[in-house]
Amino acid sequence: MTALGDIAVEADEGERPWRRALRRLVRRRAALAGLAVVLFFIALAVLAPLVAPYDPLATDWAAVRKAPSAAHWFGTDEIGRDVLARVIWGSRASLLAGLVSVSLAVMVGVPLGLVSGYLGGAFDGTVMRLIDAMLAIPFLILAIALAAFLGPNLTNAMIAIGVSQTPIFARLTRGQVLSVKHEDYVEAARALGNPHRRIVLRHILPNVVAPILVQASLAAAAAIIAEASLSFLGLGQQPPDPSWGSMLNTAKNFIPQAPWMAVWPGLAIFLLVLALNLFGDGLRDALDPRRS
Amino acid sequence: MTTFLLRRLALILPTLFFVSVLIFGLQQLLPGDPALALAGEEQDPSVIAYLRQKYHLDAPLPVRYGLWIEGVVQGDLGESIRIKRPVRDLIAEKLPVTAELAALALVIALAIGVPAGILAAVKNNTAIDYGATMAALWGLSIPNFWLGILLILLFSVELGWLPASGFVSPEESLKQNLTTLIMPAFVLGNAIAAVMMRHTRSAMLQVLGADYVRTARAKGLSEKRVVLRHALRNALVPVVTLGALEFGALLSGAVLTEQVFTIPGFGKLIVDAVFNRDYAVVQGVVLCTAMAYIVLNLLADVAYVLINPRLRG
Repeated sequence: MTALGDIAVEADEGERPWRRALRRLVRRRAALAGLAVVLFFIALAVLAPLVAPYDPLATDWAAVRKAPSAAHWFGTDEIGRDVLARVIWGSRASLLAGLVSVSLAVMVGVPLGLVSGYLGGAFDGTVMRLIDAMLAIPFLILAIALAAFLGPNLTNAMIAIGVSQTPIFARLTRGQVLSVKHEDYVEAARALGNPHRRIVLRHILPNVVAPILVQASLAAAAAIIAEASLSFLGLGQQPPDPSWGSMLNTAKNFIPQAPWMAVWPGLAIFLLVLALNLFGDGLRDALDPRRS
Repeated sequence: MTTFLLRRLALILPTLFFVSVLIFGLQQLLPGDPALALAGEEQDPSVIAYLRQKYHLDAPLPVRYGLWIEGVVQGDLGESIRIKRPVRDLIAEKLPVTAELAALALVIALAIGVPAGILAAVKNNTAIDYGATMAALWGLSIPNFWLGILLILLFSVELGWLPASGFVSPEESLKQNLTTLIMPAFVLGNAIAAVMMRHTRSAMLQVLGADYVRTARAKGLSEKRVVLRHALRNALVPVVTLGALEFGALLSGAVLTEQVFTIPGFGKLIVDAVFNRDYAVVQGVVLCTAMAYIVLNLLADVAYVLINPRLRG
């Protein structure tokens, strides 16, 4: 290795892991492009009242199913509402679903995985069988069943998606805890007489957080598709409030007459999910010490 | 192998128990009086009294679970409140439609995903690899119900080549059956193809660097023979077993695909049941799905041990 190479390696080794991960992330153009698109959609959702050209609920019977034009860039729907305004306002439901569902799954799944992995024994065995049982029911089927029994609306859809994603976080966290709980630094903390709570929160959690972050970004993408799917089935956001999934549900009845009604909300879901996946993949590569 | 099987079966029992508790527990999420909720729009007091008696709604929860699971074990999944038919019969009627759709989707996923994964691994770090990886990411990000709508727009509305919806059974006409299913199967297989491509690519990359592949090359074998006869055979082991785990994605996807293309399968049954507040059907479909997933998982594990000589013991 050259002298310059040695210096680079030394600098890399002396660097704090989070700073190194950030430096690696910044180098990944695809991940940055993904982050930029996600931030664009967040800005769109926050600024919806300012940037939407029309009221998303205002009907115009003189402009029913009009093709895209200078007045309506994305066209109008079956009752004359502006599709662009509805796509912009619909971003709120999707982003909210991504944020709330994943936060719920993380807040329940991560502590469950931490305690289960750390304690082991019968408690761990019971929790893992429960997790296996939840994972045995396909994600969307479980979300549909929960939304069906809880009642169809956006809040219940987010709860259903969050509950369905919880076992993934619990299992991931438990696996990570099992891989670090016998490391020297954890044994040392235990030998020093630290209480279990402190060992778990101060010594184990910071060392298992990287894969959880990656999973969270990928789970947000899955949650956005799940919310759109539930709304598409009529189990999420209820009309007339806009959501990309429910817009597609209506649009499928007008495919020959008004294809633009289906194109734009679908494209918005695709772009946001693609961006989150690109960012998640980049984050995984940046946080993985085995990848250079 | 016997020890492995026994241990694996022993683990299934508590999982099955928890699955049954979860599915039984769904009923407890219903707000208010379950008899009123179960009766749906039918608010006739005699129907409500009948439901209360039939589902032992006045009995304590553990007793109700015991009675419910006793019926399930004997194959009694309850009765559809809307259609007035046993849930078991409804599922048996709809399952073959979804099974055919899922099988076709899996064939399409394998036909696209595996060759694309091989090509991406063999041409690692070239434009072909980047293109295939990007295509897989697109496949994973595109909502399948939107892809369905776009394909209907192209192949049914614009070109008029394929029917936009409906289903013809293979007994009636195999040609029409395939014509109606090809588009939904492609939509459903698309995301699985992306997963298969990723699995195949990473398994092939690992295998292509192995000693025995280097030996095969050193013997002077052609690259095609090295890839297809030596590398692929070993790379496919994890791909096939991981493929079984995609069953859940296949069923979730089927719910949406059947809705877009109006296919009268398992997915449409659960969605219609949700809107008809036909809770016994919802529970029955979820239970059957979970059972099928658990059995497939077990078979995948057994297959993995059987194929992999190091694990046979």
